[in-house]
Amino acid sequence: MESFASVPKHNSPLLEGCPKGGVFERYQPNPNKNKPDSSEKFVRLSLSKAKLETDSGTKATEEQLTLLFKLKKDITKKMSRYNFDYLDELEAEAIHILREVAGQFEKPALLFSGGKDSITLVRLAEKAFRPGKFPFPLVHIDTGHNFEETIDYRDKMVARLGERLIVGSVQQSIDEGKVVEQKGKNASRNALQTVTLLDTIEQHQFDACIGGARRDEEKARAKERIFSVRDEFGQWDPKRQRPELWNIYNGKIHKGENVRVFPISNWTELDVWNYIRRENIELPSIYFAHDREVITRNGQLMAASPFVNMDEEDVVERKKVRFRTVGDISCTAAIESEAFLIDDIIAEISQSKISERGARMDDKVSEAAMEDRKKGGYF
Amino acid sequence: MNILKFFTAGSVDDGKSTLIGRLLYDTDSILADQLEAIQNANRKNDDGTVDLAILTDGLRAEREQGITIDVAYKYFQTAQRKFIIADTPGHIQYTRNMVTGASTANLAIILVDARNGVVEQTIRHSYLVSLLGIKHVVVAVNKMDMVDYSETVFDAIAQKYRSLAQELRLEDVTYIPVSALKGDNIVHKSERMAWYNGDSLLHFLEKVDTHVQEKSEKARLPVQWVIRPQTDELHDYRGYAGRVVSGTFRVNDKITVLPSGASSTISKIEFFDKELAEASSGQSVTIHLATDVDISRGDTIVNSSALPQESKLIEADLCWMDTKALDTSITYLLQHNSKVTKVKIADVVYKVDINTLEKHAADEFKLNDIGRVVLKTADALALDLYQENKANGSAILIDSRTNLTVGATMFRALAD
Repeated sequence: MESFASVPKHNSPLLEGCPKGGVFERYQPNPNKNKPDSSEKFVRLSLSKAKLETDSGTKATEEQLTLLFKLKKDITKKMSRYNFDYLDELEAEAIHILREVAGQFEKPALLFSGGKDSITLVRLAEKAFRPGKFPFPLVHIDTGHNFEETIDYRDKMVARLGERLIVGSVQQSIDEGKVVEQKGKNASRNALQTVTLLDTIEQHQFDACIGGARRDEEKARAKERIFSVRDEFGQWDPKRQRPELWNIYNGKIHKGENVRVFPISNWTELDVWNYIRRENIELPSIYFAHDREVITRNGQLMAASPFVNMDEEDVVERKKVRFRTVGDISCTAAIESEAFLIDDIIAEISQSKISERGARMDDKVSEAAMEDRKKGGYF
Repeated sequence: MNILKFFTAGSVDDGKSTLIGRLLYDTDSILADQLEAIQNANRKNDDGTVDLAILTDGLRAEREQGITIDVAYKYFQTAQRKFIIADTPGHIQYTRNMVTGASTANLAIILVDARNGVVEQTIRHSYLVSLLGIKHVVVAVNKMDMVDYSETVFDAIAQKYRSLAQELRLEDVTYIPVSALKGDNIVHKSERMAWYNGDSLLHFLEKVDTHVQEKSEKARLPVQWVIRPQTDELHDYRGYAGRVVSGTFRVNDKITVLPSGASSTISKIEFFDKELAEASSGQSVTIHLATDVDISRGDTIVNSSALPQESKLIEADLCWMDTKALDTSITYLLQHNSKVTKVKIADVVYKVDINTLEKHAADEFKLNDIGRVVLKTADALALDLYQENKANGSAILIDSRTNLTVGATMFRALAD
């Protein structure tokens, strides 16, 4: 059984005085799975409990914890007997797709970026294959410009899972002269990672790469199949996609080709967050509101980091921010946010008027930016 | 909350993408930056307003030509339901894409232009809906603003469609007068059609009950993967992983494994860290059996009291999806759930003219052709008929020379 730790280690007023890894963190309730909205009462119960402990400054007794744990379990159990709701349906579909990958390919891999979507994929893989091993390694394409928190998270997760991790390094591609680092103020390694990805695929002879892309992210992605065939050069040809019928996935390919597989194609950003909440999945802390030094670039907040080329015009400010997607540090913008908990984030997204990829500089280039990158081998 | 998957059928000028754009727009599902991108786009309506169709036309070629070529999936939700829309092209040359979009839908919206009424393409789209066994149909009579919101026009179209629905055995059909361009009866009830007493399109989509027996009761689980940890403490662990495609399996049920015919009893149903008493249609689980049985991927676990049919000769409806015509002299691959076997097309029984619904004798089968064939498979399939059990009654054909998916087949009868 998973630990329940899933709460960010930040300065939430609710967590004030609560020790790291303390009672509140461990027993953040798993909001009852079938009706997230009706779980409010339970959340309150637990919150007030956490507060009580904070106020009195003592730890809850073993008895109290057992009671809380049992209550939570009862509610979950009761609910799971009821209808198969939308998250269950999306989950079952994704598991089915992952098992098709296992069954149809010789050398699959799961592309792990450290973002919430690939973290969700890892949980789905656990559900698909445990107590067995994953029938594929995790592959991380490391731009070298990552958020530190993401790498920490990755290493801890791999250790917990006991699965194999392969790292493809963009820095190495640069050192080997395969790609040239961009220059100028808006330089980013985002585009370079396609080359490293294709090299890694070739080196390990992967015939299927599982990724966390979703159709709701972007309009070219809305057109992509769940099993998306790429040619020897990693290219996507949107005009020659195979028809994909019912729940039957055709993974037959010629040597040299590979398939990108998207098990959470049909999930929305909100679905992913609701699933993370329901499953109590731990996330890298940068998803939650925290203090950070940022600069404003083209109307977007960018982390003030050595990986972002700055000059005297850039004004560094300290703001309370969080990230909605996690990519290369030089192309992922932050949003100002007070969302410290998953529930806050879900509320924030539900009300947001800006799409998730609105904070990705790489999509701003043109109307067909994503389509063009995908044709070139990008995820 | 559950999910409703629907697809929209209409031709190039019926305003199909506009209708979807309107649904998204009026339910506040379009975010500011996406809207800004549309507003900045060059394509506008004649009156200078934003062209909502751009939202779904995701490819450069589509935006250039102003048409939908491939299926686009769109997502939105209301307080009542989550929706997945398959926006499919309506033109006859993209029939295969429509079949693709329709294959996973619970409901079809058929757009009819109020000025033109029921036309050839309406018949074609309705035929595909009937062929794929979609139970719920909405006939959205669009562009009501162009016919002065006339009740008479609407009634005449509904009347005409009823006879078509009867011929195609479409049982649950709902008629809604709309204007996607102006927003009438899409999300909000229109004040301009006081004579219409029904729901707005969205309200109808929110409440339509798709649980009415869409799936067979017969328990089927195609095995996708065998879980064998082979560790010291789980030395004897052997779990059969797959998704229940129909019916319900319960612990202690007597089951049969096909094609071997071996039987056993379910000793345990697992889902990750939980043990379940039962698993029903749609659930991805791991099944354990009381006895050692030889099972591998491609086998099907079924309830022993409701065995499927087994055959190597199957009459099936076929939709051909490749630019290269069907070749009855070569061997294709047939993929039926997790099972892949060799197949030949032993006979072409007839082809349907999907504009007139007439059946013709035919020798050739080209892109987008639909008709009845006899499949001859190398291994016997444990199948149900499509009309009784979609998931266990459908398969795809793959050309092993190109690896492309070249056909969609729906099993209709045993041929031996």
